[in-house]
Amino acid sequence: MTTLAEPPRHQFQLDANRTAADGDRRAAVRKALHNYSSARDKTGATFNDWKSARNAASAIKHEAVNHLDRYLEEFESKFTARGGKVFWASDSKQARDYIIDLAKRKSVRAIVKSKAMTGEEIHLNQALLEEGFGVVESDLGEYIQQLKGEAPYHFVFPCMHLRRDEISDLFHKELGTAKTDSPEELTMIARRVLRRAYIDADMGISGGNFIVAETGMISITENEGNARLTVGLPKIHVALIGIEKVVPRLADLALFLPMLATAGTGQHMTGYNSMYGGPRQPGELDGPEEFHVILLDNHRTRLLADPEQRDALHCIRCGACLNVCPIFKNIGGHAYGTTYQGPIGSVITPHFRGLEDWKHLSGASSLCGACTETCPVGIDIHHHLLHNRRNAAAQKPAKGEQLLWKAFAFLMQRPALYRLASRFAPLGSLLHPLVSGSPLDPVRSWTSTREFPHAPMRSFRDQFREHQAAKKGVASSGTQQGAKR
Amino acid sequence: MNANSGDRNAVLGRIREALREEAPLKHPAERSAGGAPTTAHFREWLPPVGSRIDERLELFTRLSQTLRSELTLCENIAAAAAAVTELAAQENWKTIALHKSDLLDGLRCLLPASLNLLTVDEGYDKDALEACDAGITQCELLVAQTGSVCVTSSNDGGRVLSVLPPHHIVVARRSQLVSDLTEAYASLASKYRGTYPSMISFITGPSRTGDIERILVLGAHGPKRLSILLLP
Amino acid sequence: MPCRAIHISGTHPMRVTLFVPCFIDSLYPNVGMSMVRVLEHLGHSVEFPEEQTCCGQPPFNSGYWDEARAVASKQLDVFKNAEIILSGSGSCGAMFKVFYPELFHGHDREAEAKALSAKTWEFSEFLVNKLGVKDVGARFDGKATFHDGCHGLRELGTKHAPRELLSHVKGLELVEMSEAETCCGFGGTFAVKYPQISTAMAEVKCNSICETKADFVISNDSSCLMQIGGWLDRNIGSVKCLHLAEVLASR
Repeated sequence: MTTLAEPPRHQFQLDANRTAADGDRRAAVRKALHNYSSARDKTGATFNDWKSARNAASAIKHEAVNHLDRYLEEFESKFTARGGKVFWASDSKQARDYIIDLAKRKSVRAIVKSKAMTGEEIHLNQALLEEGFGVVESDLGEYIQQLKGEAPYHFVFPCMHLRRDEISDLFHKELGTAKTDSPEELTMIARRVLRRAYIDADMGISGGNFIVAETGMISITENEGNARLTVGLPKIHVALIGIEKVVPRLADLALFLPMLATAGTGQHMTGYNSMYGGPRQPGELDGPEEFHVILLDNHRTRLLADPEQRDALHCIRCGACLNVCPIFKNIGGHAYGTTYQGPIGSVITPHFRGLEDWKHLSGASSLCGACTETCPVGIDIHHHLLHNRRNAAAQKPAKGEQLLWKAFAFLMQRPALYRLASRFAPLGSLLHPLVSGSPLDPVRSWTSTREFPHAPMRSFRDQFREHQAAKKGVASSGTQQGAKR
Repeated sequence: MNANSGDRNAVLGRIREALREEAPLKHPAERSAGGAPTTAHFREWLPPVGSRIDERLELFTRLSQTLRSELTLCENIAAAAAAVTELAAQENWKTIALHKSDLLDGLRCLLPASLNLLTVDEGYDKDALEACDAGITQCELLVAQTGSVCVTSSNDGGRVLSVLPPHHIVVARRSQLVSDLTEAYASLASKYRGTYPSMISFITGPSRTGDIERILVLGAHGPKRLSILLLP
Repeated sequence: MPCRAIHISGTHPMRVTLFVPCFIDSLYPNVGMSMVRVLEHLGHSVEFPEEQTCCGQPPFNSGYWDEARAVASKQLDVFKNAEIILSGSGSCGAMFKVFYPELFHGHDREAEAKALSAKTWEFSEFLVNKLGVKDVGARFDGKATFHDGCHGLRELGTKHAPRELLSHVKGLELVEMSEAETCCGFGGTFAVKYPQISTAMAEVKCNSICETKADFVISNDSSCLMQIGGWLDRNIGSVKCLHLAEVLASR
């Protein structure tokens, strides 16, 4: 977990500027995402009709999210009928307490965890460690980040910012393994260590990509097989899932699984897509004796209560919006200081953690719309950034800024005054070199890194007026045909 | 807060309160009567699969190559057993794990006596299973559209056999190859009639990761190799 | 010297009203004049209501929608009687076309905002899709690459029209850059509120421009060109920025 020494807004500026100035780190991030776009485009092109598929996915999530109470109750009744347990958590603390209490009651010694952003959201690992429970992340990227003592950099690619030599050094330091520059060897080191973790653990913890109402199942998407082992081997399983992850029908996954894979990694299907409908059933030979699902609200209902932005709860956490975001690529994942990075994180975090403290994320965007364009479930991501800006200004306007815009509006509603003011542009241009780049430069935050254009003496207005006059002159001195209306 | 179900009423109460105002549907879907489209229409938008069995098989073969699954067409169960025997010799296997089923029982009796067999059906020692060189399972279905093998906990050796040993061998029949995921779900629904196994898993290629510099490595946690032996 | 109107397109002469955003008026007057020349060359009459000021996007994007609405209201008055509104900036065009209806949603002037939206065209879209013109008879010697302004590309859906027009410009060699659709980092007030991030984005964009070895970068959005040109002039110097209209007005 990132500890925030500064208010989130200041910390963001510091971290974002540091990465923006770090050419090596930016290059590593760009390199990691280099093949993503072409792979996604190629796989997307195999669809008969990606756009219609996207509309369908959006409509299904709209149906699910707008009838969330009904579908969650349906899930609960089906899942508990098969011996599963459902716990509804209003906030982080309730969810953490439930897991810790369960671990204590069952005398759990070791916990293995597969990737769960909800776990990051509620700071679960830290709480478990404080209570004396050992917990090991099993997803390779999450394991690396856990060893490094860092939060995930990207909610799908947790250690995408690290180069292989950095990972090799980390393993050498933490595990005592020989240094190597082979990603394969590094992966095998983690494989060997983690195999023991699955077998020794008596509790497994996972997230979940989908909640299937119709059949009372959760669905987990992964590539490595670590979630299969995490849900399969320990005798107790806990899945921690946000309440918005519902789809109505099992067969809806026929649409969502290929779309999640395509948007997430450019694969046509992720390695393992597994649907779990409770603990080991009579006649089955293995599987956990207890299967708990924690349905986590943790302020999701705040977002749900905003009809304008409710579609942000359609998110299937594919990470596509991060992968195409020019801001993300240039400031990296840690600068956000949030569980959910990138454009979708900037939309939802103010709802989860407070608009006043997190509005700056919505401001730190050029609103280019690449996120919205790529979103497989049609969330209006970049427009929601605008909505957050509007809501923030309405809730607590920044006095200076508000005054500035009031003055701006005053000027722009008075064309004569505006024209008079714009007369000074050439003069400003003439004088600007005297102060350019100095503390007196009114456009210093521009000119510190970029040239400011020079204003010509005659504005468009001037030139157009002359142009019209010249035409009129030509017309009247020509055929004398009065073309006046 | 209820000790068993937690803050159920509070969460549901907030949800109902939040949903009092309707949200606009921004992207109306084709093939829907106002709400969500029916699942039968998904295939109009998803990657196409030919309707004939040979088209399905061709696509499945092509995707297997992309995924680095190793697909072998076997004339009969003896040929499948020979394929396993050859792999065992190549990789110097000592112990393999498998489960009981009509299909695999036929295979089992054709395997060389030198190979130790661990049968998981009556329970197994986790360390012993982990130490096996390969796991053999049957499957529910193969999916042409995605190149996937569908296994379930009740039909195919439980939750772990297909993922813990480093090499997973699937023995399947050609008739199990369905067109797409929609058909796969329909088939499972009609077979299980609402009482599903506790796990349904679509396995698409051997275990993989791209977590280090987005470079593909096979065998992250699950099997490094996935062999599919396809019988007529 | 005014061009003699030759009627190239099959459509009847139109009365086109220009929206020349504040910064084009002061900083890039040639962009506006180029639009005038191209349109008159095609036989259409051009008017420019002097009362226009700003579309209101700066306060709108900053979240101050009341102030934005006040500014926008003024433009609703100014352009009330226009038949066709053309904007030289995809960004300001998007403000008229896409954001005015949202800004005025539930307000008195919602219908007027929608009407204004319906009359507004991006320059290249108007030429290609409304007038059916592909060749404006331009000549421009040089190698150039095209930058897609985000608002034009994603809010207005403009991608092919400018390329169609440029493909008919004699003497012009157009090469695509790998990051053509990547944001240049301008983003209005974003560029000055987050200058380091904005500049890092400009660097990515400009590196991609330089990779093409083009001498010119062309765009249909002057605000992007201010950012791209600002970075290029500071760091490179040899690559020149041109608005699409300037190229199309070259003879």
